[in-house]
Amino acid sequence: MFTARGKRSVFAVGLVAAAALALSACSSSNPLDEPSSDSGEGSGNGETIVVGSQAYYSNEIIAEIYAQALEAAGFDVEKQLSIGQRDAYMPDVESGDIDVFPEYTGSLLEYISDDEIDVTSPDDVYAALQDALPESLTALDYAEASDQDSYTVLKSFAEENDLKTIGDLADVTSPVTIGAAPEFEQRPYSPAAAKEVYGVDLTFSATGPTTLESLLAGQIQVADIYTADPAFETEDIVALEDPENLIISSNVVPIVSSDIADDVSDVLNAISAKLTAEELVSLNVLSTVEEQSSADIAKKWLEDNDLV
Amino acid sequence: MNLFAEAFAWMIAPAQWTGNYALPKLLGEHLALTAISVLIAAVIAVPIGWLIGHTGKGREVAVAISGAARAIPAFGLMILLVLLLGVLRVPQAAIITFVLLAIPSLLAGAYTGLEAIDRRVIDSAKAMGMTGWQIFWKVEVPLGLPLLVGGIRSALLQVIATVTIAAYVNLGGLGWPIIQGIPLQKFDQVLAGAILVAALALLVDLILAAVQHAAVPAGLRTGRPTRRRSRDLNPAAAPAAAPAAA
Repeated sequence: MFTARGKRSVFAVGLVAAAALALSACSSSNPLDEPSSDSGEGSGNGETIVVGSQAYYSNEIIAEIYAQALEAAGFDVEKQLSIGQRDAYMPDVESGDIDVFPEYTGSLLEYISDDEIDVTSPDDVYAALQDALPESLTALDYAEASDQDSYTVLKSFAEENDLKTIGDLADVTSPVTIGAAPEFEQRPYSPAAAKEVYGVDLTFSATGPTTLESLLAGQIQVADIYTADPAFETEDIVALEDPENLIISSNVVPIVSSDIADDVSDVLNAISAKLTAEELVSLNVLSTVEEQSSADIAKKWLEDNDLV
Repeated sequence: MNLFAEAFAWMIAPAQWTGNYALPKLLGEHLALTAISVLIAAVIAVPIGWLIGHTGKGREVAVAISGAARAIPAFGLMILLVLLLGVLRVPQAAIITFVLLAIPSLLAGAYTGLEAIDRRVIDSAKAMGMTGWQIFWKVEVPLGLPLLVGGIRSALLQVIATVTIAAYVNLGGLGWPIIQGIPLQKFDQVLAGAILVAALALLVDLILAAVQHAAVPAGLRTGRPTRRRSRDLNPAAAPAAAPAAA
């Protein structure tokens, strides 16, 4: 017989059940799935290769390219895209839960190396990265495409002041301010370091997320725009040349689990050979300006470059 | 050396006391942003709160706003405003965010201060011939002051803690060591910044606790027995506003 208390407890149980059902829908994993293969498993076609990416649209496009190329080559591929920052995904990469990850030579080296880094050229950074990586990981060939810091100015500013290299900024008579993310002030390629290497006097302004807008609005004269930024195609900006290699190179490089490295190297190295700096910027423009999905962008690029 | 020791070592290092990001400069920026935001919020919220408390109307709206607005995701709002208003108006965008954050506490402090006053006190003021304005300024505001100061205290603490994010949009403040230190993985720097913000918040809280205590009208402070005309009066019928209720 239903007393008031009885009705209330039935209602409470019903509410809890509904909540549990709703919350279980939030989980994206299928509990009936087989657990993903351990890194200790042997290599070869048929084993699922897990491809991961950062929570960064450009990185996701590259990961899609890797994943689709591997699928076309006959591998079983599982994608785990948009995971987060290095603190979130590196443990999984190192343990082998993720097999293939598109990374950037310089910034990965800065992340995993405890010592001061004194190399800056693409080859030197790549060699240092190979040394610094743990045994379980291998760096395949790096691409020409990069996503590294730069000293970028408006094209009009460059023409007015006849600027080609970073060192030319020393001849500018008016005060020059450089805007960048806050940590730039302490990096080995900071304005202080530029003073030592090129003799330029720059004031630092921590513009962070508003760096590009500040450059376009004229609040700052130089900006640290990452070299894969679509703005290089959509806006009139140009990166100053760095002949003394002040800025650490950061090229796109596939980081793979060592035990599958031999199987996937042909596929991924072929991609790296075709991925130039302009290509990467164009891919990013397709994503930000034309709002195409990473999967579509990757598919078209692979077809255009005869890689599938 | 453990992390706390390293954090203190970072704080006293000479690099932190010169240049564009010297600690005194950051402290000044932090306090300036806090003060401007709370002042603007007070100018907006306190008169409205007093109006609600004095007339008794619009209470539900005030309660709803005070409750809901506390949940504003300040970081997201600040970035949104910076995007909307543009890079030339970043300080305005940040201050709007902090003002919106401070308003609920100030509104609540203002109207609860007046609401807590026993209606019989207002009645006796009317019986003495006071006009509405006189009742307001001479009776309600003084009696409501402790709770108003409590609201100011709460608003100040919330804003001091949140101004930490101003460093993300180049406005300086004590959040700078934190925002710069995380990508550099310099955790002594991050911890030092956090300690400084916490210390500032505690200091301001202590100062305002003293102000709140001092805000109780002189004749009402506990510990000082009030003289009664007649011994028949029940000594439990103490004067209306409870002083310095936390």
